[in-house]
Amino acid sequence: MLRSTGPAGRPRDSDLRAFGVRTLRFQLNGDAVEVAAPDHWTLLEVLRYRAGLTGSKQGCDKGDCGACTLHVNGRSVLSCLTLAGDVDGQSVTTIEGLVGPEGPDVVQDCFDAAGALQCGFCQPGMMMAARQLVTENPAATRDDIKHALSSNLCRCTGYTKIYEAVEHACQRELETRGDVGGGAGGGAGSGAGGGAGGGAGSDRGAQPS
Amino acid sequence: MNERKVINRTHGPDAPHGDFTRVGKRARKVDSMAVATGAAVYTDDIALPGMLHAKFLRSTKPHALIKSIHCDKALALPGVHAVLVGEELPVKYGVIPWTPDENALAVGKVRFVGDEVAAVAAVDEDTANAALKLIEVEYEDLHTYLDPAEAAERHEPPIHPDNRKGNISKHVRLEFGEVDSELDKSPHMIEDDYEFHGTAHAPIEPHCAVARLSGDGVLTLWSSTQIPHYVHRSLAAVLELPAHRIRVIQPYLGGAFGGKSDPFALEFCAAKLAMKTGRPVKFLLTREETFYTHRGRHPMQMHFRTGCDDAGKITAVDSKILIDGGAYSSFGLVTTYYAGQLLCGPCHFPTYRFDSTRVFTNKPPCGPKRGHGSVQPRFALEIQLDRLATKLGIDPIEFRRINWQGENVDTVNGQTVTSNGFMQCLDAVEKASDWKAKRGKLPKWRGIGVAGSMYISGTNYAVYPNDMPQSGIMVRLDRSGLANVFTGTSDIGQGCTSLVATIVAEELGLRLDQVRVTAADSDTCPVDLGAYSSRITMMAGNAAIDAGRKLRKLVQEAVGEKLGIPAKQVMLADGEAFDSQNGDARMSSRDAFILAESKFESLSASGSYNTPDRGGDYRGGTIGASPAYSFTAHVAEVELDPETGEITVHKVWIAHDCGRAISPVQVEGQVEGSTYMGVAEALLESHEVYGGELPESGLHIRPSLLEYTIPTSLDTPELEAHIVESIDPEGPYGAKEAGEGPLHGSLPAIANAVYDACGVWLTKLPYSPGRVLKALREQGALDGAGGATSHSSSGGATSQPRADAAPSTDTPRGGAS
Repeated sequence: MLRSTGPAGRPRDSDLRAFGVRTLRFQLNGDAVEVAAPDHWTLLEVLRYRAGLTGSKQGCDKGDCGACTLHVNGRSVLSCLTLAGDVDGQSVTTIEGLVGPEGPDVVQDCFDAAGALQCGFCQPGMMMAARQLVTENPAATRDDIKHALSSNLCRCTGYTKIYEAVEHACQRELETRGDVGGGAGGGAGSGAGGGAGGGAGSDRGAQPS
Repeated sequence: MNERKVINRTHGPDAPHGDFTRVGKRARKVDSMAVATGAAVYTDDIALPGMLHAKFLRSTKPHALIKSIHCDKALALPGVHAVLVGEELPVKYGVIPWTPDENALAVGKVRFVGDEVAAVAAVDEDTANAALKLIEVEYEDLHTYLDPAEAAERHEPPIHPDNRKGNISKHVRLEFGEVDSELDKSPHMIEDDYEFHGTAHAPIEPHCAVARLSGDGVLTLWSSTQIPHYVHRSLAAVLELPAHRIRVIQPYLGGAFGGKSDPFALEFCAAKLAMKTGRPVKFLLTREETFYTHRGRHPMQMHFRTGCDDAGKITAVDSKILIDGGAYSSFGLVTTYYAGQLLCGPCHFPTYRFDSTRVFTNKPPCGPKRGHGSVQPRFALEIQLDRLATKLGIDPIEFRRINWQGENVDTVNGQTVTSNGFMQCLDAVEKASDWKAKRGKLPKWRGIGVAGSMYISGTNYAVYPNDMPQSGIMVRLDRSGLANVFTGTSDIGQGCTSLVATIVAEELGLRLDQVRVTAADSDTCPVDLGAYSSRITMMAGNAAIDAGRKLRKLVQEAVGEKLGIPAKQVMLADGEAFDSQNGDARMSSRDAFILAESKFESLSASGSYNTPDRGGDYRGGTIGASPAYSFTAHVAEVELDPETGEITVHKVWIAHDCGRAISPVQVEGQVEGSTYMGVAEALLESHEVYGGELPESGLHIRPSLLEYTIPTSLDTPELEAHIVESIDPEGPYGAKEAGEGPLHGSLPAIANAVYDACGVWLTKLPYSPGRVLKALREQGALDGAGGATSHSSSGGATSQPRADAAPSTDTPRGGAS
C-alpha cells in the first residue's frame, strides 16, 4: 500500500502525542541557544521551525540527498537523521554560520565564483561537506573531492563546476595557511570547534573576488 | 487568427555601442551569493503567523470508483481546521486548455496510486498526518491499465469517461512526401524497435506552496512553480475568483527541469484551504509524493525505418510511436507532436512520416521533462543514423556531415531553421575527443560514439492562444543610479535573473550591481509565460533589449544636450556616460539619469517580445515552430564490463551551439547539467510501477532518492563542454537556448559508443547491468574469447559487421576541422 504520508523513519503519527517536549541547550553558529522542542524532532526541524534558520534544506527527510548537511563539532552530519536531543551541549554550525563579520567563507565565495550554484537547493549541504574537506585536506585531489561530496546529490550542475569551486577553495586555504606560517591555521581546525565566534571559522578574510 | 504583430525585431546581433561590456563575460550570477550564504528564501522557508500545515490523502488504488468518503472523525481531531474533498473544487483544469482533465482532488474516481483524494489542514504536520488516517474512503476497483499497448486497444472501462477517444489521449499522424515509395527505392534501409522507459525530474526541492487570504480579499500564493502565469490563470478558473484578486509569487526555486510546469493540486488546495480557514496554509510534498506528482519523461515504444542512398544521403524517415501518458493529459497533446516534429534537424530529411499515439494508463501522469518529447525519438533516430553509416562504411561523424541540412533552410515539416552551428559542433567534439585516433581503434569493450540533435528556443505560440507579448519587462531608472527591472520570468536555477540583469546593464552601460531584478510576482511584474520550452533567453532577452534601448535613447539625449554633442556620440558603459570623441567629458550614470529625469519625466520603459509567424501550413504545423533552433553534438567514451554488464561512461564531450553566449559560465553549466541528466537516464534512472495483481499493482517501485538512483559525484562521468556561437538573427544579441538541447545526444552517443566497444546495438533503455548482460548474451557478444584486445564482430540479430572500423575519407562533404 501507499507507504507513508509522513516522513519515514519517524514514530507513527498516532504515537507522537506521547512524546514530551524538552529544552535543548547548544551552541548555534557561535551563540548559546535554548530551544524547546518535542523529543522526536530532528535537528533539521528544530533549526528550520524553532531557530528560524532555513539555510539547511529538506530534500528528502530520510538521509538520501544531503541537502541538510551541517556541522556538529566541526564534522558533517545529516541533520534530518539527527535527533535534536543528540546535540544538547554540542556545537552546531549551519550554512548561515559560515558567514563571518568579514563576509562569506572561502567555500561560499568559490562556489559563487565558479558558477557552481544553479538552483542552489543542494548547495548549503554541499558547501558544508566541502568546508570539512577543505579544512581537513586542502591538498585534496579531484578524486578526493568526488569521494568527499558523494553523499550530497546535486541535480543541476553535473558536479563539474562544484569540483572546480572546491579545488579553488583548497588552493586558497593552502595559501592562507602559508600566509599565517603553516600548519593547521586556527579557525580551520574543524570549524566551530565550539566557543564564542566559533562558526566553521577559518578564512573569514576571503573576500569576493 | 488575427495577423500577429511582431513587436521587437529592430535590433541586430551587435552590442548597443562598440564592444560588449557585460555580454559574454564570465561573471557571477547576480543572485547566487544569497543562495551561497543560506539567505535565499525558497517556498518552504516561508513561515507566516498562524500558518496551518496541509497534507494529502492519496489513493491506494490504481483505478477505482470512490463510493464514499467520510471525514467526520478527521475533522473532530483536535488541531484539525479543515478537510477538503474533490466536490468542493469541481472545475477541471489542465495546463493545455484543450485537455482539462484534472481535478485538484479526485471527483468520483481515482486514476493511479497516489492520486490526491482529500486534503487536511491542521496546526502542524503531525496532526495533519494523524487526521489523514481517520478519513474513510470506500473504493470499487476498476480494471487497471498498466500496459500502454492494452490501453491503445481496450477502452472499457475508460480512464477518462469524458474522453471521446476511449483511452487514447492523442493521436497524430503527419506525412511529408512519399515516404513508403522513397523507402522502397532506397538501396539501404534500417528498421528497428526502440524503447524508452520513463524517468523523473527529481529536483532536490520537493514541491511546496503557501497560500494566504489577506484582509483586503487578495489571495496570495507562493509556489515552487516554473509557470507562475499559468498557475495564476488556473487558480482564477478553479477557485472561481476574479484573476485580479489573485497574486502569484515564485520564490527562489530549487530545481524543476519541467517537473514544476503544470498547475498542481497542492496549489489549488493550499489556496482553497486558506480561503476556508482564514489562515495561511502551507503544503510541502514529501519526497515520496513528488514521485506521484511526477510529469516525468514519457515511456515510448518506437518503431523506426530510415533509408539512405549509396552516398549516405538520407532519403526517408518513418516512425510509429506508442506513448505511455499515465493518468492525465498534462502537456501530452504537445508531447505527441514533439515526438515527431522536433527531429527534422540537424540532418535533412527529404521525406518524413510520424505516427504517434499517446494513451492513458493508471500510472503517475507523465509530462514535460527537459528536452520534452524529443529525447526518446532522438535516441532511436541517432542509432538509426549510426547503423546506416556502419552499413555503408562511413564514419558516423562524416555521415552526419553528409546529411547536414545547412543554414537558413526550411525543414520538410515546415520549420524554419536560421542559424545552424552543427558542423562546428561536430568539428569541436571530433577534435576534443581525439575521435579519429579512437573510433574503431580502442581495445575491446571500450568504445566511442557520437550523436547530434537540435532543440527549440521557445515555441512560437503560447499555451493559450492570444495576441499579447510572450514576454514583457519593465525597467525603471532611479535617481540613485540604479535600474530596477521587473520581469515575469522564472529563475529555476538556470540563471535568467542574471540574464535579464546582464542585458539591461549592457544596454544602459551599468555595472551588474547597479541593476536589481524583481521577478515572477504577478502583482509587480509584466507577464512572461514561464520557464519552459527553453524560451526565456530568446523572449525575455529580447524584451530586455527592447526596454533598455528605449531608456538608453533618453539618457543619451539628455547627456548629449548637456555636453553639447549629438546624442549618438554619447556612450554608456561601466557606470558612466561619456563623449565617445572626448574621453574627458564624462559623468556617472547617476548624474546621467538625473539629467534625463530632469529633461523628460520619471524614467521607466516597457519592453516586450512576441514571436514571428513560423511553422508549417497544416494542422499542428505550428507545434515545434521556434524563432531559432539550438544544435548539439555529443561524443561519449564508454567501457563495458562483460562479466557484469555494467557500462561506465568515462567522458562525454559536448559542443553546443547556443548562438551568442550571453553568460558563458551559465551556458557551460546548462550543457554539463543536461548531459549529466541524459547519461543518468541511460544508465541509472527508471520510473516504474509494479505490475501484477492488486494490492501491489500500480505501486511505485522506487519512490525515494535512495531507490530512484540519481547520480552522485562518483557516478557522473567527466564532462567537457564546448560553446559554439552561431549568431542568430532573431535571438537577443544572437543568442539561443542552452538548457535542454544538450541533453538529447547523451543517450544515443552512449548507445553508439557501446556498438563501437562490442558490436552490439542496445536499443532498449535503461542500460542497467542485468539488461545489458542479457542483450549482450542474446546478440552473441559474449561468445568466443573474452578479453580479446582486438575488435571482433559478433553475430546476433541486430549486430553488424564492423565495417566502420576504418573510417571512409572520400565522402562528398569533408570536415572543416
